[in-house]
Amino acid sequence: MAVTTPPMTAAPELVRQRLQGKKVDAAGLIFRALLLLALLVTMAVLVVLLVEVLTGGWGVFTTRMGEFLTGKLGSSAARSGIAQGLRGTFFIGAFVVALAFPLGVGAAIYLEEYAPKSRFARFVDINIRNLAGVPSVVYGLLGFAIFVKALRFLTGPGSANGATVISAGLTLAILVLPIVIITAAEAIRAVPDSLREAGFGVGATRWEVVRSHVLPYASPGILTGTVLSLARALGEAAPLILVGATTGFLSEGAGYGLSTLQERFTAMPIVIYSWAGRPQPGFASNTAAAIVVLLAVVLLANAAAILLRNRYEKRR
Amino acid sequence: MAPETRTQSQPEKRSEPTAATRVDANRPVAEPRPEDIDPTAVFDLEDLSVYYGSFRAIRNVDMTVCQKQITAFIGPSGCGKTTLLRCFNRMNDLVDIARVEGKVLYHGVNLYDSAVNPVEVRRRIGMVFQKPNPFPKSIYDNIAFGPKVAGVKGDLGEVVERSLRRAALWDEVKDRLKDSAMGLSGGQQQRLCIARALAVDPEVILMDEPCSALDPIATGRIEDLMEEIKSEYTILIVTHNMQQAARVSDRCAFFTAEVNETSDTRTGILVEFDRTEKMFSNPSDERTENYVTGRFG
Ligand SMILES: Nc1ncnc2c1ncn2[C@@H]1O[C@H](COP(=O)(O)OP(=O)(O)O)[C@@H](O)[C@H]1O
Ligand SMILES: [Mg+2]
Repeated sequence: MAVTTPPMTAAPELVRQRLQGKKVDAAGLIFRALLLLALLVTMAVLVVLLVEVLTGGWGVFTTRMGEFLTGKLGSSAARSGIAQGLRGTFFIGAFVVALAFPLGVGAAIYLEEYAPKSRFARFVDINIRNLAGVPSVVYGLLGFAIFVKALRFLTGPGSANGATVISAGLTLAILVLPIVIITAAEAIRAVPDSLREAGFGVGATRWEVVRSHVLPYASPGILTGTVLSLARALGEAAPLILVGATTGFLSEGAGYGLSTLQERFTAMPIVIYSWAGRPQPGFASNTAAAIVVLLAVVLLANAAAILLRNRYEKRR
Repeated sequence: MAPETRTQSQPEKRSEPTAATRVDANRPVAEPRPEDIDPTAVFDLEDLSVYYGSFRAIRNVDMTVCQKQITAFIGPSGCGKTTLLRCFNRMNDLVDIARVEGKVLYHGVNLYDSAVNPVEVRRRIGMVFQKPNPFPKSIYDNIAFGPKVAGVKGDLGEVVERSLRRAALWDEVKDRLKDSAMGLSGGQQQRLCIARALAVDPEVILMDEPCSALDPIATGRIEDLMEEIKSEYTILIVTHNMQQAARVSDRCAFFTAEVNETSDTRTGILVEFDRTEKMFSNPSDERTENYVTGRFG
């Protein structure tokens, strides 16, 4: 090859011709078009969904937004509201944040930083991954057996018979626990070893290295993972049905006091599910409006996470 | 910060008059020179071998490292210099599969004794790594972290200034101590890492090819710096650069890798350890001579 290349001084024209060679890269173009198509299909689905629920729920928001947000479940579509659903979803989120986050992040720190890399540790790791793949209905059954039945004296000894927001929150916290562990462990694993060595090198203990360097570095990743799992928990309906969320009329379950935790409950996905099944026309727009509200709640949680993450990343 | 460090290093008279190599017992012992008389040993390695799983990375090293000298480790890539250096402050503990056999005596105490706390070891024996690895925090926090975990209370501004001055970095960063260390140049980052190591007032500083990622000017700065602080610290440095070893070190150890007979692996051995001047002008071992004259391999 080198032999056939003309000397630089010979002919700039020749060099230009070679450099400007226009061979059409057909395979590359097709591949690029396919990738674009994949993106467009995804976007189209999302847009259709949003347009559908926004137009469906529009009437509700324009005519009786306040009443819709503060009203209780009822038989008349025009007077039904989602206050109880929002309240249930709020408490489920609170349980996930208060239980699944610290437990999951703690377990991830232990697995990544402390546990000896033994065969047992690998076994535990694989099983956590398997747990993350267990269908949510199964967690519902588990929650029913443990929290509703066995721990009834704690979760709801009164008329609710264990089918309370405590049982629901605990069940969903357990449901997302493996996801929190996996994402947090991945974020911790992505911390470069040179950072740990720097910490150990000046005589820090394992805990000091973890607290001062590993966790701050991993926190954006941990945060992203935990908020994703929160969104997952807020959107789950199947386990809640098994735990006994109320689908019909519900007079109680609108208060935010701690004493109301042992009352019967419902949550946003359940409200959506039960309204979607009603034949009366008014409930169709109620359903769409409830979906918009649930989407807004999840988006809000994501936005909060992004804000927090940006603050952490700036400090890096 | 660690006042006991200095008292521990009180001269401990050794029976051997010199710290010359003990690799080849038949070789005539190097003639004692003024700087060799009564050197105080800080480290004594006894038959040290390091394994990664079943792979032996370096074997049967015996050597004595003297106080307030610069000891250089040279040798081809992969002969176990980094592995050996990381035994001096138990950094190999962080590698799950690493296993050490033999003894690393520090003032007579085996660092690998089960009663020894590696955290205490690393407070006295600091380390500077091949790739500059400042914490992704402010310059101030980089220096202050070590003293903080060592239990120093109150304002660390003075410690930070003193450490940065000793590492010849103060003038360049004094106006931006609160800025992130990640914004410094490679050479500045490496001097920051040296300052960070000095801040806990160690007795020994281990340096693993500290200049390999730096340009010649930054390298020169670090060499000057080593020259400056060697009156107060014992320095062990791994280097790829033979001129650097010749320029800065008092003693020099040459390692090479031997192909194992039974498997297709290489195990590092210590070939020769002597005064740097002798290693480069009149080495006793032919392999050393070939290496230092560039005829290796
Ligand atoms: N963490 C590790 N795990 C397994 N093998 C390693 C590890 N670190 C180094 N080694 C091996 O040990 C040998 C010596 O490596 P090293 O000490 O880095 O050599 P040098 O610093 O002299 O280039 C090499 O064969 C290397 O592949
Ligand atoms: Mg190395």
